[in-house]
Amino acid sequence: MELIQPLIDGIFIALEPINLAMVILGVLIGLFVGAMPGLGSVNGVAILLPVTFLVPPTAAIIFLAAIYYGAMYGGAISSVMLGIPGASTAVATTFDGRPMALKGEADRALVAAAVASFVGGTISVILFTLFAPPLAEFALKFGPPEEFALMVLAFATFVGLGGSDISKTIFSTLLGLVLATVGLDIVSGQPRLIFFDLPGFYHGINFLVLAIGIYGIGEILWTLEISQGRVMVSKVEMSIKRMLDAFRSLKVTVKSTLAGSLIGYFMGILPAAGATPGSLVAYGMAKSFSKDPESFGSGNINGVTAPESANNAASTGSLLPMLTLGIPGSPTTAILLGGMIIWGLRPGPLLFENNPEFVWGLIGSLYIANVFAMLINLAFVPVFIAVLKLPFTILAPVIFVLCVTGGYAPEQSMHDVWLILLFGVMGYLLRKLNYPVAPMVLAIVLGPLAERSLRQSLLGSQGDMLIFVERPLSAVFLLLGLALFVYPIVQMARHKKRQGGPAGEG
Amino acid sequence: MTVRTAELGMTLLLAALSVYLMVKSAELEIGWIQGEGPGGGAWPFWLAAGMLACCAVTLVRWWRGLTPESRNLEAFVGPATAKILGPTVISIAVMLGLTHVIGIYVAILIFLLFYLRFMGRHSWTLTVSMSLIAPVVTFFFFEAALRILLPKGITEPLFYPLYSLIY
Repeated sequence: MELIQPLIDGIFIALEPINLAMVILGVLIGLFVGAMPGLGSVNGVAILLPVTFLVPPTAAIIFLAAIYYGAMYGGAISSVMLGIPGASTAVATTFDGRPMALKGEADRALVAAAVASFVGGTISVILFTLFAPPLAEFALKFGPPEEFALMVLAFATFVGLGGSDISKTIFSTLLGLVLATVGLDIVSGQPRLIFFDLPGFYHGINFLVLAIGIYGIGEILWTLEISQGRVMVSKVEMSIKRMLDAFRSLKVTVKSTLAGSLIGYFMGILPAAGATPGSLVAYGMAKSFSKDPESFGSGNINGVTAPESANNAASTGSLLPMLTLGIPGSPTTAILLGGMIIWGLRPGPLLFENNPEFVWGLIGSLYIANVFAMLINLAFVPVFIAVLKLPFTILAPVIFVLCVTGGYAPEQSMHDVWLILLFGVMGYLLRKLNYPVAPMVLAIVLGPLAERSLRQSLLGSQGDMLIFVERPLSAVFLLLGLALFVYPIVQMARHKKRQGGPAGEG
Repeated sequence: MTVRTAELGMTLLLAALSVYLMVKSAELEIGWIQGEGPGGGAWPFWLAAGMLACCAVTLVRWWRGLTPESRNLEAFVGPATAKILGPTVISIAVMLGLTHVIGIYVAILIFLLFYLRFMGRHSWTLTVSMSLIAPVVTFFFFEAALRILLPKGITEPLFYPLYSLIY
């Protein structure tokens, strides 16, 4: 098969010393941020992206992808040990993982989570390898109207599937797009939206400034607020014999793991869905197809394997549209996409032709990262449990320092650092008022691309908006987008009718 | 301030922001330029108009009590939260302000000393060692490895010997 050769080359690229070191380091950091409540892959990737300027782009993306991966494994550790999810992607893991820990089966739950994550990750990487090249080839046919329609579709998934307040979701998306237009007009080069004539706005608002502000400052403020109380870490007994027993008992989880992997992978491809809903759906499916659904919630091991395989599969799934279409499948991949633009790569279908060593190196590294993540996870469980006892008042100031220095580095301007603080506080307040922030980050990354494709399309059609519906592919994308848009409204109307009154949906 | 009041205030603030963005966008051409396509202000102008429309919808929903926040009469930021987050945000802002004067390294040191000791109530040993290690690691990472100069303000002369060491 023609896929085998580039894949083998990619694995060799990933095994080069620097790249392998990046995989291991990334997985370790990922396990750590995943395990720490309040920090997830997106925080780790946003805060550490500036650090990657030290290494070549291929090593940098391998490092960041390994963080992404490791975080999916790490999330399970605090779900089981603390009963609070280490990241939102591991929420479903608490349902049965915590009861297992309380029954003294924490080691079984952790082993099951690690193995399920490995299976989910591996299956999805194989699917990814099979799907990516043909999808990229298909996407080569896209012109500006298709690109724009595809982005509209990506934003519409937040409205249709995001589950947050619709007007607030759209507001958040539009604000992200407007922030992306600050700086110089991409066509005429005129200064645009230079607020208060501050010179710092001439270089635009880097997506990292918003991402670090929201995920580095805003979310940490949020965590400081909710982590005021003390947490209880469960005791865990670990021995080789018990581990082997735990491995043997995994036979009953084969079905839920496989189903979780597939569900997670396909949910991961959708921009608004991703790992969190993917793992919840996988949990629900495992429960409804189980022979004794009552045992779910009180420590059924399938309740751990289903969501854990799904969240790993989803993280790989969300890389698929990012690499092939240039549309990120999750907030974390949105930041990866922005990073690729900083490194001078153009995400999208041409990447496979122009930078094969980058793409295949990344794909190869995913296979390796999976193996390392599982091994490190199993070997260092006691270490991670010790880390969980680290008070947040040590971690938080270190993160703030990282945000300040990392935010300064790309443009070397204090203006950006002040903006980070502003966005951080605003992000915190908006989040408290139920404004989703993920669409805003996605929008600021995609904003310049969306504007360019819109203006190129309109220029080509002499200002005729019909160009978007005359071309079959873009019409299909827009129709799908419209359906996603209308779906929650119809659902709301039906809900109201059934209730027979103007009941709120709160 | 209750969550309900906060939602109203935020919606009005965001509506004002939308109007400001529309006015600011209109400084550029927002119509069609013959032979060039849409003007540079058109895209942000219509996006900001959409933001304004979203605020209007949120406002109506707030009025009718349809959002969960508009029915929530608890305090938006409780006293316990304010006691943690207030000093946190202010100390970060002070760190940034100090960076302009005495440079980022000394600012980080002061910030960590304050935060670890007085916010975290950690021991002096931990506080002092972390506060000293963090700026040193930052210096060698950014200045030596990445060759990115961070701002040093009036402490710049103190770094001359280090420059000769790393360059």
